[in-house]
Amino acid sequence: MKIAVLSGKGGTGKTFVSVNLVNSTENTDYYDCDVEEPNGDLFFQSKLIQELPVKVLLPSFDKEKCNACHECVDACSFNALALIGKDMLLFESICHSCGVCSFVCKQKAISEVPKQTGVIKIGKAGDSKVVTGKLNMGEAIGVPVISGVLDLMDEDRNSIIDCPPGSACSVVESTQKADYCLIVAEPTSFGFHNFKMVEQLARVLKKPFAVVVNKAESKNNIVSSYCKKNKIKVLDTFLFNRKIAQDNSRGEICTSVDDKMKARFISLLDNINDDWQRSLK
Amino acid sequence: MKKILILSGKGGTGKTTVAASLIEYLNSKTIADCDVDAPNLHLLLKVKNPVEKDFIGSKKALIDVDKCISCGLCAEKCRFDAIHSFGSSYKVDEISCEGCTMCSLVCPAGAVSFYDDKSGTLQKYTAPYDFSTACLKLGRGNSGKLVSEVKRNMVIKNTEEYAVLDGSPGIGCPVIASISGVDWVLLVAEPTLSGFSDLKRIVSTAKAFDLNMALCVNKSDINMKITNEIIDYCKDEGVYYLGLIPYDKAVLKALKSCKLIINVPSEAGNALRNVFKEFKQVLENEN
Repeated sequence: MKIAVLSGKGGTGKTFVSVNLVNSTENTDYYDCDVEEPNGDLFFQSKLIQELPVKVLLPSFDKEKCNACHECVDACSFNALALIGKDMLLFESICHSCGVCSFVCKQKAISEVPKQTGVIKIGKAGDSKVVTGKLNMGEAIGVPVISGVLDLMDEDRNSIIDCPPGSACSVVESTQKADYCLIVAEPTSFGFHNFKMVEQLARVLKKPFAVVVNKAESKNNIVSSYCKKNKIKVLDTFLFNRKIAQDNSRGEICTSVDDKMKARFISLLDNINDDWQRSLK
Repeated sequence: MKKILILSGKGGTGKTTVAASLIEYLNSKTIADCDVDAPNLHLLLKVKNPVEKDFIGSKKALIDVDKCISCGLCAEKCRFDAIHSFGSSYKVDEISCEGCTMCSLVCPAGAVSFYDDKSGTLQKYTAPYDFSTACLKLGRGNSGKLVSEVKRNMVIKNTEEYAVLDGSPGIGCPVIASISGVDWVLLVAEPTLSGFSDLKRIVSTAKAFDLNMALCVNKSDINMKITNEIIDYCKDEGVYYLGLIPYDKAVLKALKSCKLIINVPSEAGNALRNVFKEFKQVLENEN
């Protein structure tokens, strides 16, 4: 089963839930798709097995062949090209690597060359695989790194996908291959507002989903009453706890030292599995 | 008019809470929310009834089933895996399509056309602030373009006033779009391993731009060891260190009742006031 953990708002506890789900259950691997700010491995401190570069194709211009016809500049839908005098200029960070410029060039003056935009680290922590996508700084588009991370998922094992915040294309890419979405919601006005955006996203993507409420002051809160009204399952509610926050700040995994928490995460995964099985019928 | 952008790297460190209070403290009337994926500033400022405008972010392809000869070239050449066979024809997935036009260039039957895709809504509030923001349509790309549009919608006057922009988490396209052209970045850090790691990534990213950076540590007492490391890091990186804001339940309470924390007599409110006082001095010395 592949579970995407998402939230809308940042800092609600996606990584907290993801890491503990992986840590407390057997046969489960971790995939960090928050490639702009990957943090899961700060907790696992996994043993590095392999590093894979992520490359995208960028156009390269042969000055000898180019006749400054301007056709590639006009064909680029992303305004990533400009012709300055007789020189082609590429704005690398907005190039989408679609290949249209080299396709339309009649002079065959454009070739495509790979450029590294990020890296994927594969590590091992206990019996779990820990896969981390990391976008290079200064790069704008994380989607190729995310899709590279997800290509490494193992069909025979459970995969927990730690998604980026927000509700844009990077979140869609991260959830694309998931069987199930787990939304981590924080019951504040901000958290609630962004939760509803992600709820809509899960509906648009036609994924079964449920909610975990985190950092709550009580079991009854704005998220839980909304979920009740709209028949959305809340699988667990974690109350704000200063000790957990402090342990978390040091990169400690609470299910490693707290058996009660471990039991909760084991049953959380069971509940997700049951709910997913039901949705298949 | 100097433009101040609030950033953090990691999400949930308190950007919007700090931004709303800074707007009040500096009495800024020209403001923006650049977190178009998950905008929240409007909730705290209690603004209503924005003027809305559709944002056309890109084109999307559409395949005419009557003209399609099912050769599959479009699906083969699409680099975004956006075209799949569908019955006896092919269909474009509107979320994955980036509008590059490769499919129409290779189609021998002329079956591909394009339509403008609404990828978000621009919003402008006029009272009591000149407040520019937007909301990205679910799952869309182009958030960088939309952020640039939000900034273009701001009326930057030639006055001593400060413009305040709330940013988004991360280091990718919306963040890069929000940084370009601002004068100051105010970083809201969080003393956790994750928060510190993300802070370093945003500082390195912002360094490529010619701007000044200042920093405060929020929820500082959650981990004093990392808080001290962040303060040392600021010194090494030439980031102005402004002060600490302790974890305080009053912040959550204020948020719940839509009050600004600097208007609430509280430990965090007072600490934030001191941070802003320091910041204002730094801003004025720079002039």
